[in-house]
This record gives sequence, C-alpha cells and structure tokens, in this order.
Amino acid sequence: MKLAYWMYTGPAHIGTLRIASSFKNVHAIMHAPLGDDYFNVMQSMLEREQNFTPVTASIVDRHVLAQGSKDKVINNITRKDKEENPDLVIVTPTCTSSILQEDLANFVTRASYSSNADVLLADVNHYRVNELQAADRTLEQVIKFYLEKVYTEPNSHIKKTKKPSVNIIGGCTLGFHNQHDLIELKKIFKELNININLIIPEGTSVNELQKLPEAWFNFVPYRETGLRTARYLNNQFNMPYLDITPMGLQQTAQCLRQIQEILKTNQLDIDFEPYIKHQTHSISQAAWFARSVDCQNLIGKKAIVFGDATHAAAFAKILHYEMGIEVAWAGTYCSHDAEWFKKEISHFCKDIVITDDYNLIASLIAQSEPDAIFGTQMERHIGKRLNIPCGVISSPVHIQNFPLSYKPFLGYEGSNQIADLIYNSFTLGMEDHLLEIFGGHDNFPQAEPELLKSSSIIWNKNASEELNKIPRFIRNKIKRKTEEFAKANNFSEITLETMYAAKESNSS
Amino acid sequence: MLQAKELNFECETGNYHTFCPISCVSWLYQKIEDSFFLVIGTKTCGYFLQNAMGVMIFSEPRYAMAELEEGDISAQLNDYQELKRLCLEIKKDRNPSVIFWIGTCTTEIIKMDLEGIAPKLETEINIPIVVARANGLDYAFTQGEDTVLAALAQRCPKPKASELESPPLIIFGSLPESTCNQLTLELEHQGIKVSGWLPSQKYTQLPDIPEGAYVVGVNPFLSRTATTLMRRRKAKLISAPFPIGPDGTRAWIEKICSIYNIEPKNLMEREQKIWDSLSSELEIVRGKSVFFMGDNLLEISIARFLASCGMHVYEVGIPYMDKRYQSAELKLLQETCLKQNTNLPRIVEKPDNYNQINRIYDLKPDLVITGMAHANPLEARNINTKWSVEFTFAQIHGFSNALEILKLVTRPLKREMLTY
Repeated sequence: MKLAYWMYTGPAHIGTLRIASSFKNVHAIMHAPLGDDYFNVMQSMLEREQNFTPVTASIVDRHVLAQGSKDKVINNITRKDKEENPDLVIVTPTCTSSILQEDLANFVTRASYSSNADVLLADVNHYRVNELQAADRTLEQVIKFYLEKVYTEPNSHIKKTKKPSVNIIGGCTLGFHNQHDLIELKKIFKELNININLIIPEGTSVNELQKLPEAWFNFVPYRETGLRTARYLNNQFNMPYLDITPMGLQQTAQCLRQIQEILKTNQLDIDFEPYIKHQTHSISQAAWFARSVDCQNLIGKKAIVFGDATHAAAFAKILHYEMGIEVAWAGTYCSHDAEWFKKEISHFCKDIVITDDYNLIASLIAQSEPDAIFGTQMERHIGKRLNIPCGVISSPVHIQNFPLSYKPFLGYEGSNQIADLIYNSFTLGMEDHLLEIFGGHDNFPQAEPELLKSSSIIWNKNASEELNKIPRFIRNKIKRKTEEFAKANNFSEITLETMYAAKESNSS
Repeated sequence: MLQAKELNFECETGNYHTFCPISCVSWLYQKIEDSFFLVIGTKTCGYFLQNAMGVMIFSEPRYAMAELEEGDISAQLNDYQELKRLCLEIKKDRNPSVIFWIGTCTTEIIKMDLEGIAPKLETEINIPIVVARANGLDYAFTQGEDTVLAALAQRCPKPKASELESPPLIIFGSLPESTCNQLTLELEHQGIKVSGWLPSQKYTQLPDIPEGAYVVGVNPFLSRTATTLMRRRKAKLISAPFPIGPDGTRAWIEKICSIYNIEPKNLMEREQKIWDSLSSELEIVRGKSVFFMGDNLLEISIARFLASCGMHVYEVGIPYMDKRYQSAELKLLQETCLKQNTNLPRIVEKPDNYNQINRIYDLKPDLVITGMAHANPLEARNINTKWSVEFTFAQIHGFSNALEILKLVTRPLKREMLTY
C-alpha cells in the first residue's frame, strides 16, 4: 500500500478510453462498477465536447460478484452495436474487473459473433501500466488488429503514395494542447509539400487504417503515445519513424532535418534548410525575441522543469539552449521512459529527478528556490504556496489548459507561444530592477506567509522594516539566508548590520 | 385529460452516470474538523477524487488514498501491517481524533476484513478507526455519506435515558454549519430543543443518543443511517418530508412538532412570506417542464418543491428509492401534484441514461437536471440543463435557502437566446 494524495498519471483504463474515444465511430464498454465512468465527465467538461462520449459501462454490481457477469457484458456489447452501429467496440477492463478474473476474452469472442462491429478486448493490466502506457498499447493493438486483417502475408506488397506522405501517430483526446499541435503540424507538412496520409487516432475511422503502410514514414510527436505503433509498423512494414518532438526552434529544425534524411533515402532530393532558416528568423519571433535586450534579464535565471517525458525534456532544452536560463534540475514522472529522458538532458542538466511523488517534488522546489517553475498543474499549486511563478507545460491539466484560442506547443507558432509563456512566467525585466531599487510596490508591513513565521531568531525593528522593503518574491530567500548567517555567527538578534553583513558574506 | 392519482414506479437497467460514493469524503472531511479520511482503493478511486474535487486537492486536505498495489491484491503483503504503517504515518503528520477507512470496490472483492482489522489496530495505535464501505458495487454518490453516518451512529455515546424530560431530538445528515444553525433555530422558535447533530463538527463532540431518543433526517439518502439508529440505537425515527423548499421545511417542522405535541406557531405565515419573496423567480418557472435524470437521491424532494412552484415534472430518475424512509416525502409529492393539478411524474429507479435521452428527445422538457457527462451534449442539442451535482453542494435546506434552489433552476432558463 502506498499513501497517495495526488497522482500524475491516471489508471490504465483512462489511456484506453482516450484512444478509443479519439477514433471516429469507436465505442468503448468498460467492465466497471457504478461511478467509474468519470471519463465521460472529463471529456465533456475539459474538452467541452458537444457529442455524447462514446463510452458506456457494463456495470459490475453485487449480482456480478455473486454469479459472474454471465451474459451481461455480451448483451451490453450487442445492444450498443444496434443502438450506435459503431465500427469497433473496445471492451475495457478496470481495476475491479482485473481482480474478478472473468474471462472477458471469451465474452468478446462470443459478442463478435452477434454484432456487426468488430470487438476487441483492450490488453492492459491495471496493476502494471499507467494511463500513458495503456494508451500506447491500445493504439498499437487496434492498428495491429486492422492491419493483420488485410496484410496476411509477411511481406505484402504495399503501394506507397506517389508524393511523399506521413502518418501522424498519437495525438488523442485530453492530451495537452493536442488539438492545436495537430493544426500546426498539418500546416508545416503542407508547407514542406508532404501529404498527410493518416492522423491516428484523432478523428480517423478504423476502416481507413489499412492505408497506414502507404505513407513514406511515421511521425510520433509525443513519446508517451504512439511509439509502440511506430515500432510495430517499422518491424512489419519497414516504415521509418521519427520521434523528435518539434518543440522549440532547435528541436523543430532537428526534426525537419531528420525528415529530410528519411526522404533522401527514398531518392527524394530536397533541401529544407532555406525553409528552416526562413521560418526561424522571419516567421517565428522566438529567435529574435531571445536575442532582444529585454531577454538579457533572463540570462542566468534559475528554473526547474517537471512533466511528462516529451514536454519536460523539450522545455529543459528550450530554456537552456534558446533562452540562456539555468535549469537547476529537470524531471519526469514517466519512469518507464527514464533512460531516454536522462540521455536527452544529462549533458546540460546535472540533477535529474524521476519520481511520481509530488511531495518529493514540492520539497525539492522549496529547497532549490528557482525563479520560475515549468511543470504540471500540481507544480503550479506548489509554486503558489511558495510564491514562485509557474508556467504549465504538461499534463495533468485543468480546464484552463484547454484554451479556446490557438495555442500550439509544437512548430514555429508553438515557439512563439512558448517564448511568451517563459517570459511571462518570470518577473518582467525592468519591473524587476525598479522593484529592487525602490523596495517593491508594497512596502507596507503585511501578514507574513507561513514560511516566514517558523524561525526562532528575533529581527529588530529596523531590520524587519528593511526586510519588508525587499520585493516579496525574494523576501523569503533573503530572510532565510540572513538567519542562516546569524545562526552561524551566534547572533540572537538581527540588526541592519547583520543583514548587510549577511549579504556581503553571501555574495563573496 | 385523465390524470393518474397514484405515483408510478419503474425500474430500469441501472446504466446511468453518477459519482462514486467515495466522493462523500470531500464534504465530510470539511464537516468533521478533526477527522482524517483514508480511502483504501486503487488508482481509479484516486483519479476520480483528484479530478472531481478539483482545487480542494491542493489545499492539503485531510484525506488520502491507501493505494493498493499488486502485492496487496495477491495477498503477498499483510493488510494489517500495511494499514498500520500508513495510519501511524497519518497519526504522526496530522494527529487526527478519528481515522475513517473508506472501503471501495477492490476491498470488497478481495474481501479485505476492514471491520475486523480496525478494532485491533484502534487499540494498538490509540486512535478511533471508523469503517464505512462506500463502494460503487452497492451505492451511488450521496449514499456514501449514508454509509459513513451509519458507522458513526454506533460511536455516539449512550447515556441512560432520563425519565423526567421528554426524549431528546437528534438530527442526522451532514450540512454546512450555518444551515445547521438555521434549522436548529427554526425548531427553537417552536419550543423544541435540538440536543445534537450527527455528524457533529468534531468527532469528539458526537451527540448522546439514549434509547428512545427521537431522530429525524434532513436528507433523503440517509436510509441506512435511519435504520441503524432505529435498530442498533433503539431510537425512534420521525418520518417527515425533508426540509428542502419552504413547503418541505414547514412539513418537516410540523411533523416534529406533532411528535412533541406542540402546536406550531406562525409557521404558515413564515412559509407564505418565503413564497412571496420568491415571486420573481416563480414567474420564470411556472408552467415549465423538468426532467430529472437522477444521480444524487435528492430528486424526489426537489421535484416536489418544483411541483409546488408550478412546474410540470415529467420524470424523476433516482439511483435508489427507499419507499419507507421517503414515505412522507413521496406522499407530499403526490399531494402537491394533485393540488397543483399537474401530472404525477413517473419515478424511475436505476434509470438507463440511453433510454432517458430518447425520452428527453420525445418530451422536449424545458429543463433537464443531469450530471456533467450529459450536460454539454444536451446543451449542444438546444436542451437546457442544470448540473445535478450543484444541488448536492449548494445550501438548499430550510426556509431561507429556498431561493438558492430556485436560482439554480432558473439560471439556465433566464438565459436569453444569444445572438451573434
């Protein structure tokens, strides 16, 4: 047993449902007790979805415990088949059904005899995989099922599209800014003259999946979902894939160069460099913005980064390479992808944290006192408590992370958005100086935050007045350092002299 | 038109959307200030609580998951040792006066003997441990509170009934403190002393329940608590409509007065005054139709109030219908509909949401009271909706809160056709 207050990833069935509900005309049936269909609420509230979420539950109640599901699951599948006429029904196990150990596979087989829809049992184990891993697996499972139907021979001859084309794999519902990212990717591929063969699962019908191998290559924008599918397609159909996330200018360029290499192996001689140069310097504002004098104030500022592997790694790189910001440490809760994560950022980031314990993250943030945090909604709240600004860069997310306006994180417009997000998260340049010179907007005494109350050392009147003049966002830090200095020197009271002495000793 | 004179009860497939009953920890931990709630379940439970409770999760709540891992399921780990370890950690960090263990679907299926472990651990770590099985196998949403209060009822002190005075009155049901005070005052005006509330604000202040005490519920989902108070504590249940809406509140007070042989004073006037104050909201709802999809068991009482307001109630979906515990409320619903000369609604227990949506398409009600899973899709089809969850969290009890209920109902109806 584990004492848990907060989780970065959801249970496995959420991942399966995210994939199922992203496809067009696919219905998921959860084998679950009453109340486990909370996914429908999230879909309807966070995504503001206008359609009924295609997820129903085959309810596990006392009768099921006593006598088994019997025909209940099968009846629910065939009923849904008649009511909604889906192409595919995915039966989704939950934590409850996985310990009941009912033969769901048998139900699925029997139901498939009497329904027009294909019926699949999601192959995910609640106790072994999390939401993201389950999404990755379910997507692979669906793709495999439909391709194996058509391409029965090991080396089936595949007709590739005439023009270069790509499959975009992995964007799905409830993903962090996924909808906007997809639009941006479509735009980029169009400008590069690469056709989009299929986008899966988002909005695609399973009947189109047999077209997948016709693309020249596969593109996986997010590591968390789609990599397994891409690897499978690579093994079975010899399709190259690309898993560089085009987030930030540098990584977008890398991504495009990689695409160029792939296309070259297909005897297509193209040069993306002029495009990259033009986009980086003329279309995107991010490169010039980082060079502009205003951003000089960001140089040497300290940030920490935490999130899923894709977003945290990409953000750490942007902060370090593109903005000159020190990444004190970076981390991810995707422990299954820890090796990759470490490899990506270890040459510029000394400390790497792999954990799903938010208490640990909270105390690490408190210890390192960064100027800004880039993390999930949880880190935003940690930041609020510690009075440190935070930009949200990764799931888990709230409704405000499903903005109405166009806010991609990928590609060139994504770079603009990210630059804004980073810049706005720090205290603005000139304001920063003025606050320091004039002692802040609010140099009247005010209720001290919790952190300040704890110490035992007395501040005399002058010193505490001086302390109150220090801008709020660094006041805690100064107070703590001064007290440390006083303790080390056995002062029981802090005077103005002590403060200045502490400042000198700290800066030396 | 021929009008049915009796309420019509049906039962469907139980394929409906509701909150898991463990959601009760979110309001009960706030109500019982010295408590800690430990939900013994899986990531699924945790994910639900985390998302359903939104911001509350960040304010260092006094609840947590004991997340079961594979070793717990396959009994490679010892339940007793594991729970002891976690509870000691909670004791050290939070030092609560009581720890509630909330059993879930998983603890049911693996038959974890929470009721057996709790008394042993209680003496070992020296903190009361109250066990409530609030799982989705057996219960819906607000029934979670019922399981917790039923368990809590056993912990109330039991003094000898004093023979001089008339039996004391204990009210059961968790309400915000200000609502408790309002209802207590209403009864005091009639000369009735409320000797305690279950739950109290602190675990250490649970009310005395002597044998023969009178108990009365404030919420329609508390049937297990009522049963426990009657059977285990030998209390006498006052069966009354619930104090929701001015009509319900008057009927509730009247019934309690009648038990104590008190002639209620100024009650009719008090009710009429409230109705008068509602007139502008009443204008909006009068003659409009409403459909309850059903998810929190408040449906009968709110339907009855809305019928009093002159609305037509097409259907009252409800997760579970205890006809005995709600008998007075059902009777008042029937009387109200006959008096208002509107059709008696069909009452659908364990509804089937899919069928309900088809009925909604046919009936085209002016308002559908429903969960969040269906609200946006219905709005997108030009059907006005109100989230049912809000009725659970808003203050809706007593005379002065009648306006709150109506405001929830009229908000979607007030919205003019938007033009662009």
